[in-house]
Amino acid sequence: MSFPWAQEYKPQGTVSKWVDERLPLPRLVYNAVGAGYPVPRNLNYFWNFGVLAGVALVIQIVTGIILAMHYYASVDGAFNSVEHIMRDVNSGWFIRYAHMNGASFFFIVVYIHIFRGLFYGSYKAPREMIWLLGVTIFLLMMATAFMGYVLPWGQMSFWGAQVITGFFSAIPLVGEPLRQWLLGGFAPDQAALNRFFSLHYLMPFVIAGVIILHVWALHIPGSSNPTGVSVKSEQDTVPFHPYYTAKDGFGLGIFLIFFVAVTFFAPNMLGHPDNYIPANPLSTPAHIVPEWYFLPFYAILKAFTVDFGIPFTGIIIIEAKLMGVLAMFGSILLLFFLPWLDTSPVRSGHYRPLFRKFFWFGLIPCIVLLTYCGGKPPYAQWVILSQIAAAYYFAHFLIILPIVSRIERPLPLPNSITEAVTGKPLETAAA
Amino acid sequence: MSTVKKTKGTGKKPVKAPKAAVAATLKADSATSNGNAADNLHIDSNGQTPGVRRRDFIHIATVSFAGVGADAVAMPLVSQMSASADVLALASIEVDVAAIQPGQSIKTSWRKQPVFIRNLTPAEIEEANKVDVGGLRDPQTLADRTKPGKENWLITLGVCTHLGCVPLGAAAGEVKGEYGGYFCPCHGSHYDTAARIRKGPAPTNLVVPEFAFISDTVVKIG
Repeated sequence: MSFPWAQEYKPQGTVSKWVDERLPLPRLVYNAVGAGYPVPRNLNYFWNFGVLAGVALVIQIVTGIILAMHYYASVDGAFNSVEHIMRDVNSGWFIRYAHMNGASFFFIVVYIHIFRGLFYGSYKAPREMIWLLGVTIFLLMMATAFMGYVLPWGQMSFWGAQVITGFFSAIPLVGEPLRQWLLGGFAPDQAALNRFFSLHYLMPFVIAGVIILHVWALHIPGSSNPTGVSVKSEQDTVPFHPYYTAKDGFGLGIFLIFFVAVTFFAPNMLGHPDNYIPANPLSTPAHIVPEWYFLPFYAILKAFTVDFGIPFTGIIIIEAKLMGVLAMFGSILLLFFLPWLDTSPVRSGHYRPLFRKFFWFGLIPCIVLLTYCGGKPPYAQWVILSQIAAAYYFAHFLIILPIVSRIERPLPLPNSITEAVTGKPLETAAA
Repeated sequence: MSTVKKTKGTGKKPVKAPKAAVAATLKADSATSNGNAADNLHIDSNGQTPGVRRRDFIHIATVSFAGVGADAVAMPLVSQMSASADVLALASIEVDVAAIQPGQSIKTSWRKQPVFIRNLTPAEIEEANKVDVGGLRDPQTLADRTKPGKENWLITLGVCTHLGCVPLGAAAGEVKGEYGGYFCPCHGSHYDTAARIRKGPAPTNLVVPEFAFISDTVVKIG
């Protein structure tokens, strides 16, 4: 499970010896995030974001449990109970703003975490399972965030619920009954709000469970590193504690500065004013958009406006609506196949000149463009831009990446992590 | 009773196999060799003689019986999600349309969903009838969507068939879209004066609910 030179947990006192023999939990922690976990010595700050995502989850769970003590999941009372939290509950405004912005910051750190994985090839063998579990966590996060956004029962909450559950009605034959089953009615109402509250409370704990698997899977091969070169000897690593607990602690301080700055000084910057209007089932807001972290996927959904069929026959194979929904889900499910689409044995983008070009000048601008278009109304110019960007997104993963992996000539890799860091080869050959 | 006894008796052996497998895995773990673990598991779980045994029947029968029981328990857990009786019991509504002038429309609510009731002008009716029905995404004539002799009363759900937003065009001053009917601001679906889909992502026309005129000016929906 770890490198042979990992330090062993040695309980000192009688109590810790007694505990260790009966339930070796301190030993588990020591080997997971303590001195017993050897980590490459050259990790940069991008490697902070896994821990930051974990902290963000803890912030969400703590603030969320407190909010649930004051929130009331009823179509008549939900909106008012949120206002009651904001105005009457002691420090309620702070807890609610922390939860609201905490969701955004959770996505910010997770997106940077995913970016790290994409650029440094963290998804490649032997770390495929970590990546698969990570994409699963991402999907669970999206579901949790969506259901949480419905709870205040404002205009955006209501119409978000209507549109998102509407995705399921695109499925042929069973779609509409499935949607009604999910909602427990013909439109979002009491039944839907109550079950969303129940599931929104449950799912963070499911996420925590998958995170345990994610970290477990990480500890089998150990952490990757910016060179992508595997650890060869003890000189290549340092113990997680105190080296990376200190580095993560510093990163956490910076993260919290940004987090509280937004929470205190611009708490509604990332939200929509329309959600401060109580839900009205008879009137859709003029421009409904999801939260910022869903915008790229929303743009892909909106990019499909024409039915796919055999030209001039009127035979429709897939309706535009179903195609948009499939493409949107497909854009995420695609990531599950990434370890097998990118077949280059070189992990880090630093040593892949061609991959790097497509990454910086293709994928990143494409995602920025999708995010931008996702927030715009469905006018022709934005639709065309989203279509181009969506096409590139799929082409990047399905066509460009496999081809680049085959034709690219990677730069020479350093012989070891130590050599990359110090410029000197390893002192003794690894046994 | 005897069945239970038999199951118990036979239950002993398969229990042994996982134990051995765990031990094998643990052993393999410390030696960091997974190949051996798989081999050990294979031999241990098969016992001495591979092949069909009388005991297999009991195993399959037991698991099947438990499976049926699990399904029976799962059914209420799944069906509780469907619309409850009070949601389904929403009665039909009656609307007095006497006050709606030609060219005007109203929004009302039925089954918690908006309903548009529109009094079409002769020009709008003419426009709807001019359209070549064969070329539509969801081919229907205005007559298919209204009651005979009451072609001016267009009654539809105010729910875009794309993803369920309320289209604009029912209230005064709202955008009616490129075809003079309704326009959904969420994803840009345009409906014509018969509320048929003409442009944008929506797959079908706005839904016409079941309705009937119970007098000259009162319409019953549902």
